Amino acid sequence: MLEVSNLHASVSGVEILKGLSIAVNPGEVHAIMGPNGSGKSTFANVLAGRPQYIVDSGSVKYLGEDLLTKMPDVRAKDGIFLAFQYPAELPGVRFWQFMKAAVDAKRRYAGEKEMAVREFDDLWKEKAAQVNIPSELISRSVNEGFSGGEKKRAEMLQLALLEPKLAILDETDSGLDVDALRTVATSVNEMRHPDRSFLVVTHYQRLLNHLTPDFVHILVDGQIVESGGADLALQVEESGYDQFIKATAS
Amino acid sequence: MATPATISRTTELSDSQYKWGFVTDVETDIAPKGINEDIVRLISAKKDEPEWLLEWRLKSLAHWFKMAESAGEPEWANLRYPQIDFQDMYYYAAPVTAEAPKSLDEVDPEMLEAFEKLGIPLHEREKLAGVAVDAVFDSVSVATTFQDKLEEIGVIFCSFTDAVRNHPDLVKKYLGSVVPYSDNFYATLNSAVFSDGSFAYIPPGVRCPIELMTYFRINTEGTGQFERTLIIADKGAYVSYLEGCTAPIRKTSQLHAAVVELVCLDDAEIKYSTLQNWYPGDKNGVGGVYNFVTKRAAARGVNSKISWTQVETGSAITWKYPSVLLQGDNSVGEFYSVALTNNYQQADTGTKMTHIGKNTKSTIVAKGISAGHGQNTYRGQVKIMPSAEGASNYTQCDSLLIGDKCGAHTIPYIEVGNPTAHMEHEASTSKVSDDQLFYCLQRGLSEEDAHHMIITGWSREVFKELPFEFAMEAGQLLKVSLEGAVG
Repeated sequence: MLEVSNLHASVSGVEILKGLSIAVNPGEVHAIMGPNGSGKSTFANVLAGRPQYIVDSGSVKYLGEDLLTKMPDVRAKDGIFLAFQYPAELPGVRFWQFMKAAVDAKRRYAGEKEMAVREFDDLWKEKAAQVNIPSELISRSVNEGFSGGEKKRAEMLQLALLEPKLAILDETDSGLDVDALRTVATSVNEMRHPDRSFLVVTHYQRLLNHLTPDFVHILVDGQIVESGGADLALQVEESGYDQFIKATAS
Repeated sequence: MATPATISRTTELSDSQYKWGFVTDVETDIAPKGINEDIVRLISAKKDEPEWLLEWRLKSLAHWFKMAESAGEPEWANLRYPQIDFQDMYYYAAPVTAEAPKSLDEVDPEMLEAFEKLGIPLHEREKLAGVAVDAVFDSVSVATTFQDKLEEIGVIFCSFTDAVRNHPDLVKKYLGSVVPYSDNFYATLNSAVFSDGSFAYIPPGVRCPIELMTYFRINTEGTGQFERTLIIADKGAYVSYLEGCTAPIRKTSQLHAAVVELVCLDDAEIKYSTLQNWYPGDKNGVGGVYNFVTKRAAARGVNSKISWTQVETGSAITWKYPSVLLQGDNSVGEFYSVALTNNYQQADTGTKMTHIGKNTKSTIVAKGISAGHGQNTYRGQVKIMPSAEGASNYTQCDSLLIGDKCGAHTIPYIEVGNPTAHMEHEASTSKVSDDQLFYCLQRGLSEEDAHHMIITGWSREVFKELPFEFAMEAGQLLKVSLEGAVG
């Protein structure tokens, strides 16, 4: 599904990713953990194609094709979804209308017809219930005045509606209380599918308590320094990132 | 290797995105170029006008000549354009039909087709119930729909010429009562040479059950368009009035100088909505309509209410300040505006709220969108007269900039003559942020759709004041007008 080889990327002229490699197969859940500033969010944004993030060298293959030459909206329509750490607010843009446009854009791209209003409305309500979001969000503007928890739930609703092939969760757990965290984890678990992969970027192990990853990778200074199973996250929880940082330094 | 930063979208944009730019081939009765007493007499004679109206026109003309000699065109607006040669212009052009058409069957099919192309329903089909349309082609009203049904409830909705003919007392009483003939350079010119326009009168206690709409279309090249609109809501009446405008693509600029007067008596309400989409000129700023319009409303009665809503996407030059004179106690004035300038368009627009009566209240929400080399100025005046005990105003001016070659300017004037007044003023300037844009792209929207969505959302406060179908059209207008500005 996703094959990243020796990826180097920079932001504002500063190199952040320094030879990152990873392979993700369909249906797998990978957690990327690391200390602050290790390049986790940069990696997530580079995959989504954020313009300010410049790829210097390396390659990324997604579904067998070169991902890096594709525009961000094409990547999205090809099935890459980024749940943002800080979702943008779109004043005056109704959430319902925004998601209908997103779903329709994806359908048109796939050569399908746009969804009828009624049909989309049913889907919207069904998914809203699934991620436990009050349906009164329909009348609100995208993320405007949402609490931190509401924003993250709203991201999960979008994830559920767009049914991506590769979902990237960028620090979705940050700033969430225990209940919101559980809701997010539950909706991800419900979205798990043999054809859908997850890249869960996180600083803390706590989200992984509810979300058992198949693989855990430790990212330090732009490189993956250690990979393992779910127990690797527990090791971080117990002894922190220092052990890995030291290992790199030596 | 290619990186996301170096991939640029190569959308080929055609020279003109203006889809209303066609010309209709109808035979036109046209008076010689230039402005003088003979032309004014000719216009008046063509319309078989009563003597008092001709006198009024001539008085206006004489005053206009004085203005032209002394100060000339007003120059205080933040607008740059070559001097207009008022003698090198036609002041009267009308489709050749000796008599005003009695029914749609008598209207030139070419003209009907033109309105069909514009999506303006003139055939009174059942599905179109809900809007009565008066279509003004060049300077003449060609068809007004639903007249019979409106007459049953006492609503008069007809061309200005018909109103002069059939309801002279009403016209005489109210014409120039809000915008005097000597008001300003363009209004005075209009008073001398106005050709046609719309007239509406809503009798006491009647809530007009359908929306009234006038659709203005300039067709003939080199013609000035001078319509006159007069709407009166008698005591306790209500009406929602819509106005749309388009013009063909022309290399030369065309002058449009209309006057709109609204009168609201006790407990009456007029809601006036405009979609202004005159030809804006091409992407290099060649051609386009010069739009110098005087719109003013008198909230004359107690508890009366006037609401102006405008979406201005067209014209090369826009000079327009729909205003409200809040004369009646407890009267309310509102102004909601979205003005967009792209390419080399310039707009200097805003409102004047003059508080005279007690406990009068006004609201101003003005949003300006500048793209390309567009220049957008909000100019507004809120004046609280000493008599206006307990008046209040809320003003909000927002500017949105797209690209780095455009400009937004905000020039508010506030004059408070009564210490009990309550004034609020908010202003903001923003850009579509990279975060907002990327968020939309990541959900699969194209860059253009993303911009459109963000900008429409930003304009929502104004759009929601429009009747539903007009709001949909306004959204589309913004989209078309911004093509080429982003990406």
